Amino acid sequence: MDGLKVEGLKKHFTIGGGFLGGKARKVRAVENVSLSVAPGSSVGLVGESGCGKSTASRTILRLEEPTAGRVTFDGIDVASASPAEMRRLRQRMQFIFQDPYASLNSRRSIRKTLEEPLKVHGIGDPAERRARAEAILSEVGLPRDAMERFPHEFSGGQRQRIGIARALVLQPDLVVADEPVSALDVSVQAQILRLLDDLREKRTLSFLFVSHDLGVIRHFCDTTCVMYLGHVVESGPTQEIMDDPAHPYTVLLRQSSPIPDPANRVDPPRIAGEIPSPANPPSGCPFHTRCPRAIAECRESMPATKEIAPGRQVACHLF
Amino acid sequence: MTALLDIRGLTTEFRVNGHWHAAIQDVNLSLAANETLAVVGESGSGKSVTALSALRLLPQAGARIARGEILFEGRDLAKLSQRQMAKVRGDEIAMIFQEPMTSLNPTMTVGDQIAEVLMIHRGMSHGAALKEARDLLDEVRVPDPGRRITEYPHQFSGGMRQRAMIAIALACRPKVLLADEPTTALDVTVQHQVLTLLDDLKRERGMGVIFITHNLGVVAQIADRVAVMYAGEIVETADCTRLFANPAHPYTEALLRAMPRVDRRADTLEPIPGSVPSITARPAGCHFAPRCGYVRPECGHHPALGPISGAGGSDHQARCILRAKAEEAAWTV
Repeated sequence: MDGLKVEGLKKHFTIGGGFLGGKARKVRAVENVSLSVAPGSSVGLVGESGCGKSTASRTILRLEEPTAGRVTFDGIDVASASPAEMRRLRQRMQFIFQDPYASLNSRRSIRKTLEEPLKVHGIGDPAERRARAEAILSEVGLPRDAMERFPHEFSGGQRQRIGIARALVLQPDLVVADEPVSALDVSVQAQILRLLDDLREKRTLSFLFVSHDLGVIRHFCDTTCVMYLGHVVESGPTQEIMDDPAHPYTVLLRQSSPIPDPANRVDPPRIAGEIPSPANPPSGCPFHTRCPRAIAECRESMPATKEIAPGRQVACHLF
Repeated sequence: MTALLDIRGLTTEFRVNGHWHAAIQDVNLSLAANETLAVVGESGSGKSVTALSALRLLPQAGARIARGEILFEGRDLAKLSQRQMAKVRGDEIAMIFQEPMTSLNPTMTVGDQIAEVLMIHRGMSHGAALKEARDLLDEVRVPDPGRRITEYPHQFSGGMRQRAMIAIALACRPKVLLADEPTTALDVTVQHQVLTLLDDLKRERGMGVIFITHNLGVVAQIADRVAVMYAGEIVETADCTRLFANPAHPYTEALLRAMPRVDRRADTLEPIPGSVPSITARPAGCHFAPRCGYVRPECGHHPALGPISGAGGSDHQARCILRAKAEEAAWTV
């Protein structure tokens, strides 16, 4: 059992150049992502919009075919798995989506939603499937009478509980959660985080947790990978990264994250500009166009990933 | 300090299934020049309805201002006709919204959209207005403004669009700016840029800013004073430093404990059980009582917003029976 391992993952998309004409361009959504999620641990993937964190998580589960790189789960290569193997793998790797409104079928009762994955994977007879759906429903904190109701009858937080129940009904080993609490209010967000905490402990689940919110990542993840324009620029134990960020981008991200303490108003370096387009990434280090500490070398070559402390890796020429 | 905008006893109602229900109830807010007042709350708290009511932007049907005054420089905006109100809006009071892409016109250049405001309110010629638009884009720190005024919103990034929105809002040098979740759709690094910009502009122009947000972190970074809303009411108001150091209302306290923080190690979050009641199902007594950890039988009575015990000389008020200033409550009734 060695969990999920991702090495040198790449995912490029082609835009334009079709029937409507225009120049074909390559969007380098994911350039170089390597990470590993040990059984029972949770790894955070953090970055701003356009950094490729969602694409990376989808590619890892082979919801998108990777352009290059290797993804293995307990030694099985996800990209080259046969359809039968893939089906078994899918049972063990499940996805929780961001938007609890869009990711549930509005015409399907909660019972159908929860029994469907079991049916697809040919698990149990109808009575057993019913029992399993009921068990998971109470585990995520929804009342029994929710079973025959439809998604529109639930609040955002309750819908996210349904999304979690659907992911967990197959008893997976790994859950990939893409911004699972971003659409929720603070008070409800804490309820869902608490629920995920409890489930993780009870079922020794491992998590790949995608978020833009450093506070949520700090709370939930043991290890954090910071992404910028398709690259993991820094990774390491969450607490170290939050308290002592190394990469200039992580520093900026950390200082820009608002803290609920007016005595602690920070003034991060006033850098101009926003994240460049992955269709037209800058040369060298992807962050050099906004980096307050950029040197000549940064424009020319992509820095290699170096280990600066045990378990702590940074891709930056300054280290 | 004399108030620039003074909202008194504002109650706005929506019609749901043939009955009028109060979306916001008895809201009192006052804003001084060169001040940022943050209105913070979760969805359904009534923070946006407060702003829309103040600008008279509620839909014509199914919504009404039932009671209250919106005093702006001695005039009651609640009593103005739509035509008179249109003169005030965008001129003396301006507003910026959450999603800049849906608030900008995709078929007009950014320059024309800024110029339009000046042509309508100031009667400027197109040429003069466009020149002013260029200066405004420069003022909101959009690089290369001369070229940018000829571009369309889709050519702008998210942060640039929000800057363009701010330029439109500021074109007529408003005295009051209402900002409804202006940074929620932005990434944190860009959010910080926009917050800094708003703060600089407030100082330079001496504007009063009402900043509506759900994010307590953003509040702490930008506000001078804070009003916390829950289920259509202001439940606590205090100056920013005091509110975060000594939250008085159990809801504010719970909200701060439910927020995962980037600067602190917290192994357990304390969620608030339940969810915000809908406007048709608000409890009769204290609206927060069903979710409150300190609930007592007295909470069945609806509490008033009043000074709290231990507030000293500060203007710190909360809507909670347990935190009310006992010795004063006896004789202020």
